[in-house]
Amino acid sequence: MEKEIAGSMSTSATDNYLTHSRGLKSWLFTLDHKRIGVMYLVSIMTALAVGGFLAMLIRVELAAPGPTIMGNNSLLGSDPAAGKDIYNQIFTLHGAVMIFLFIIPGVPAALGNFVLPVMLGAKDVAFPRLNLVSYYLWVIGAAFFLLVLVSGGLDTGWTLYAPYSTSTDTRVLSAGLGVFILGFSSIFTGLNFIATVHTLRPPGMTWFKMPLFVWALYATAVIQVLATPVLGITVLLLAAELLFKVGIFDPALGGDPVLFQHFFWFYSHPAVYIMILPAMGIISETISVFSRKHIFGYKFIALSSVAIALLGFLVWGHHMFISGQSPLASMIFSALTFSVSIPSAIKVFNWLATMYKGSIQLDTPMCYALSFILLFGIGGLTGLFLGALSVDVILHDTYFVVAHFHYTMMGGTLVAFLAGLHYWWPKITGRMFNNRLGQIAALMVFLSFNLTFFPQFLLGTRGMPRRYFDYSDLSKLDSSFTLLNLHSSVGAFLLGGAMVLTLSYLVHSLFRGRPAPANPWGGNSLEWHCSSPPPHDNFASPPAVGDPYDFTGLEYDPDLGGYVPRRRSVPAPETQPVP
Amino acid sequence: MTAPGAIAPTLSTASGWLLGQAGESFWLPPPDSTLAGAVDPVFYFILWVSVFFFGLITLLMVLFLVRFRRRAGIGPTPSPSHNTPLEVTWSVIPLILVILIFYFGFTGYMDMRVPPREAYEIHVVAQRWQWMFKYPNGHVDENLHVPVDQAVRLIMQSKDVIHSLFIPDFRVKMDVVPGRYTKTWFQAKEPGQHLLLCTEYCGTGHSDMSATVFVHAAGKFEKWLADAGKFMEDLPPAERGELLYRRHGCQGCHSADGTAKTGPSFQGIFGQTHAFTNAPPTQVDENYIRESILEPSAKVRQGYSDKMNSYKGSLNDEEIADLIEFIKSLK
Amino acid sequence: MTDAKALPPEEADAGHHRFLAHHFDSPEQQFYTGKLGMWLFLTTEILFFGGLFCAYAVYRANHPDIFVDGHHFLSTALGATNTAVLIFSSLTMAWSVRSAQLSRTRGLIACLVTTLVCAFVFLGIKYVEYAEKMEHGLIPNRIYFERLEPRLAFEPDEAYLREKLSHYADPSAAGEDLDLRVRKVRIFFGIYFCMTGLHALHVIAGIGVILWILVRSLKGHFSSAYFGPVDYVGLYWHLVDLIWIYLFPLLYLIH
Repeated sequence: MEKEIAGSMSTSATDNYLTHSRGLKSWLFTLDHKRIGVMYLVSIMTALAVGGFLAMLIRVELAAPGPTIMGNNSLLGSDPAAGKDIYNQIFTLHGAVMIFLFIIPGVPAALGNFVLPVMLGAKDVAFPRLNLVSYYLWVIGAAFFLLVLVSGGLDTGWTLYAPYSTSTDTRVLSAGLGVFILGFSSIFTGLNFIATVHTLRPPGMTWFKMPLFVWALYATAVIQVLATPVLGITVLLLAAELLFKVGIFDPALGGDPVLFQHFFWFYSHPAVYIMILPAMGIISETISVFSRKHIFGYKFIALSSVAIALLGFLVWGHHMFISGQSPLASMIFSALTFSVSIPSAIKVFNWLATMYKGSIQLDTPMCYALSFILLFGIGGLTGLFLGALSVDVILHDTYFVVAHFHYTMMGGTLVAFLAGLHYWWPKITGRMFNNRLGQIAALMVFLSFNLTFFPQFLLGTRGMPRRYFDYSDLSKLDSSFTLLNLHSSVGAFLLGGAMVLTLSYLVHSLFRGRPAPANPWGGNSLEWHCSSPPPHDNFASPPAVGDPYDFTGLEYDPDLGGYVPRRRSVPAPETQPVP
Repeated sequence: MTAPGAIAPTLSTASGWLLGQAGESFWLPPPDSTLAGAVDPVFYFILWVSVFFFGLITLLMVLFLVRFRRRAGIGPTPSPSHNTPLEVTWSVIPLILVILIFYFGFTGYMDMRVPPREAYEIHVVAQRWQWMFKYPNGHVDENLHVPVDQAVRLIMQSKDVIHSLFIPDFRVKMDVVPGRYTKTWFQAKEPGQHLLLCTEYCGTGHSDMSATVFVHAAGKFEKWLADAGKFMEDLPPAERGELLYRRHGCQGCHSADGTAKTGPSFQGIFGQTHAFTNAPPTQVDENYIRESILEPSAKVRQGYSDKMNSYKGSLNDEEIADLIEFIKSLK
Repeated sequence: MTDAKALPPEEADAGHHRFLAHHFDSPEQQFYTGKLGMWLFLTTEILFFGGLFCAYAVYRANHPDIFVDGHHFLSTALGATNTAVLIFSSLTMAWSVRSAQLSRTRGLIACLVTTLVCAFVFLGIKYVEYAEKMEHGLIPNRIYFERLEPRLAFEPDEAYLREKLSHYADPSAAGEDLDLRVRKVRIFFGIYFCMTGLHALHVIAGIGVILWILVRSLKGHFSSAYFGPVDYVGLYWHLVDLIWIYLFPLLYLIH
């Protein structure tokens, strides 16, 4: 068994999935999940850059009350009215691009596609052609968003509330079609992952021997399959209303606007669990590996992922406490909302307990993982404010909500994505990145993120509504509105800088990075038992399955710069050499 | 006093003591209505629970990072990877806390949704991008005037898309939905002025859609209402028209001074001939203005879109005549 | 299942079936996985239609009179015929799966063709129904508020509506006059067209995949060693049938 592992751990780049076949067509028509994962990675990071650029525009505009760069005879609007319209389109597209093109596909498509089959010791996902179709559906959906961008924009907010969305003359139909297609991309990915986890596990890997990242992807896939169709029908009905004037949501046609909100949030709330569950899976992996200690409370973490996935379907009405829905409905949704908070809180305690009595090394993935715990911690705790009915009355639709979801989606998912990207970077690319720069960038991200978004909690509690182009009504009464917005804008630029730094050293590593060993970090899940990068077929035969969180069988080899199976002559784990 | 009723003032006193402030706080606007009692104590309770747990997590993390950092020659200390009593404890304690939070939030919310029986009713109409407040004597105003120490119920509807009425100082927020009525209520504690904002995105003028809430001292409100109602009668038609122009939301889309907005400016248009996308060119006269108010889609000015709501049923003939005079007066 | 006489020549190599994908260890694993995948897809379809059924439930609960009035304009006879046609097509589809399992290629092709014919009959009847509705302008497109200029593409045949409704007593307790009932009944058709229209689109998609399976059957791809795709398409077709079985009473058999 050791020879087998040693053999497949050779770091030569003679034949891996990158070199297996060459040429553009071998990539565009690939059925290799690893290549599809890489294509997704490049694509969604492009989407992240576009969304981030739009965010920068927003923050420059909001740095001062009144028109700043929009509506001042500039490229962004010649007069205040035009400036406002442009601003409305920019925040709408920022939300739509970030949510539909980056964060929902994000971890499952870019990292999950690559890692899942390898973690299962399989040769590919269950339906490789469907996987490629998923990717191209993403591309087509993105093309529709691009069409929206260049042909008149969208100004409804990413939430597309009716009757605004059924009575505006912006590109709701194109955007809706894009969302519909992206929905199918997501559904097919979820479908693929569920089938893969059910049928392609190696002999010996029972459900409770799977790595937690697999559990996380599985729970996410269940949500993708069950919730996304409802988004599909919502968008379809919106289209029917726009095209054929069928009265469903617009009261002028005999419809009900609050029904739209129910339909929309029935998907969009579970969607946030699509965003966060895979992220939590990454944290479980990294905390354990970089503490060299078995994850604490494995069974709980695994089952809590499924619990969160299922409970997440019951709480959509907490976005609608102020919509005019009945107090009874609001009460039920509030109670259920708190129930979902408990599994998440316990995961945090489990992660901390994993660190207890561990041997912690602050490599870049670990820096991001710890960042996640703090930032998602704040995000989750601020969710308590929003779930409490009377407090939600004052916080709904204010900047408090904006801060809350940025802490959870960005401080949570994006940070975890970065953790995973750095963790699996050697496996995907075969290169090591500059760890020192990574640590610096991670710290920069953490600090600038807080500078950007913490002031927004204050803006919200003090009364600043969302989606405001001009907050001078507020700043005239209280100058702190201006100051807080300015802090937020400065932070945003620093955050953008940190992201650029990250991109730079990662790209640099592709050309100048040290070749990566098979197991640079000392993980014991199956992806670390093949070479970096993996061969085309991942494993020649199904590898032996052990406990993915048992690190006692590994030791660090300084010559290799990575971990290898412990030689029998080496003494007990307590005194293993450390890097 | 019921149990929740006793907890709220206790929390309030505790938080006030901790923050060292009476009314003004770091987080929240001044609590200028009685509804603040349903909101603020719960807010501070959650705040302190959050601060405690976040502090605990941060402390433990830093402690572990230092104490258990990777050191040459020393590996991790074997320790169990689960501990049922511990896991139960850290599940049950948060569970109890969130149940408490839910309960306080729910009882406060019920207070906010159920107005007292004797409440003064004011109708609110929201349209892009102006609020209109209709008082029992028929007076329509662009600002909200209320008496102090009196429960006021707002009955709200929208003429176009969803808006949301938000008065931060009063802890009041409720969506205003087309096709149905929504209601909210509050009781102001002191005379003064407060900001009222729209907080459900409604288009170009969303951040301009604000109004002022005037809380009148005891006895002053009735006088204001009577004066306001009569005020209109004594004015010449063009000035009445200007008030109507402001109060019924026309100024949201039509400027009086030539500024470009969603709709054509009124400056100097009387007597001009305009081109239309769906009708032959027409001169702006009394009939044209009346038709534009009642059936705006009949003639859409070239270069503008067909976005105007009709005012059929909102403006009577006399008011339309006043508006015509006002528009005539704009040179 | 490994009877050499039943297998066409290219499948005689039992080591690696022609249609076995490289990442599966055995045809059984591939078949089982494919079936799981199709069931997952059907689950998404149920959720997809579920939203519409929800909207139906909400509107019917709030305005039962509109639904009672509306269903008079649907032909129960045509709807029942369509139901029978689809149920029969499900039978022939199941039969075709069985034929594939038994390597009876001729039977497979015959059953698939019959299923296709039934699908076209269904669509034909639907066309007749839709055409009749269009002729009388019974499609949603009515503006209820004054603020939007009525931009109706199809004027409702109010005389026809009035004449038909006058035969039936007012289903609501409010004692509404005929004019109001005529105005309101068109809401029903919004729901009707959305639900049956989406279903018809799924029938069309079903025709597409059945044609694909037919072409592959003519090429001799399917046998007892490999019939997965026929099975999966069969499952899909059964769902399409099942959805119609719910739609029919909900729309046509309202009392």
